[in-house]
Amino acid sequence: MRSSVIIFPGSNCDRDMDVALKKFGFKNQMVWHNDQSIPKSDLIVLPGGFSYGDYLRCGSIASKSKIIKSVIDFANSGGLVLGICNGFQILTETGLLNGILQQNKFLNFICCNVFVKVKDKQNKYFKDLKKDVLELHIAHNEGNYFCSDDELKSLEDNNQIAVTYCGKDGSENETTNPNGAIKNIAGIFNKNKNVLGMMPHPERMIDKYLSGEDGSLFFKNILDNFK
Amino acid sequence: MKIKVIVTLKNGVLDPQGKAIQQTLNGMNFGNVEDVRQGKYFEIEVKEKDEKKAKSLVDDMCKKLLANLVIEDYKIV
Repeated sequence: MRSSVIIFPGSNCDRDMDVALKKFGFKNQMVWHNDQSIPKSDLIVLPGGFSYGDYLRCGSIASKSKIIKSVIDFANSGGLVLGICNGFQILTETGLLNGILQQNKFLNFICCNVFVKVKDKQNKYFKDLKKDVLELHIAHNEGNYFCSDDELKSLEDNNQIAVTYCGKDGSENETTNPNGAIKNIAGIFNKNKNVLGMMPHPERMIDKYLSGEDGSLFFKNILDNFK
Repeated sequence: MKIKVIVTLKNGVLDPQGKAIQQTLNGMNFGNVEDVRQGKYFEIEVKEKDEKKAKSLVDDMCKKLLANLVIEDYKIV
């Protein structure tokens, strides 16, 4: 499975993502934001970081960069596009995903492990995933997902909510919500479920000695579903 | 021509920074501050003499980049 990771000025999880993808057998290439086109890929990843220093709004400047037109075309033709953290913020700013990520409710930068519940498995990312609750890592200042009531209803009606913050046992409530996101939302899909944006970093959970292996499950599952 | 834009959060959208500023002001004995909403202010120099045209250009900029209409309103002043 071929993948491309887009690098923006200020991306800082691009190389971690590269390591993770290659570890599980993706043929990954790094693509510079100023390029016009993306090499033939089955998956495009927008990595975490602070593209353009988070100027104006997180992800807003990156969402207008040269390469983005190709990303949008790729997504609209059904290609898999995964945005992690700042990548999620960029996807909302392009309009590929609904809503926006606002500053965390308690104004603090959060860096910790969290549990997230997989809400939908009828998609190429989570289909046949053996676990329902994953332990992943978050590190962000703007992860407080927000959208209008109408958009939220449409996300729920179409099963577009991908993952939600929860406890180890899968319980979802205010105490398991780290940043104030509505409905504990940690990640969402577009309508066709080929575009996934999420705040947690699976690429940081690919080694049982360093962190954990739930990220490994995530990447292996994408590969398995592609076969 | 210089066009000025103010971008503010829509009513009902949580503004934690505004809240923190309000609480700080209250703590500084500005007890009568009931609410603070923080926004952004832009001064945009447009190479255009016709004010109407310049404002219409800036309006387009607001929709496409300066404001995110999911949570923000803008006002060209």
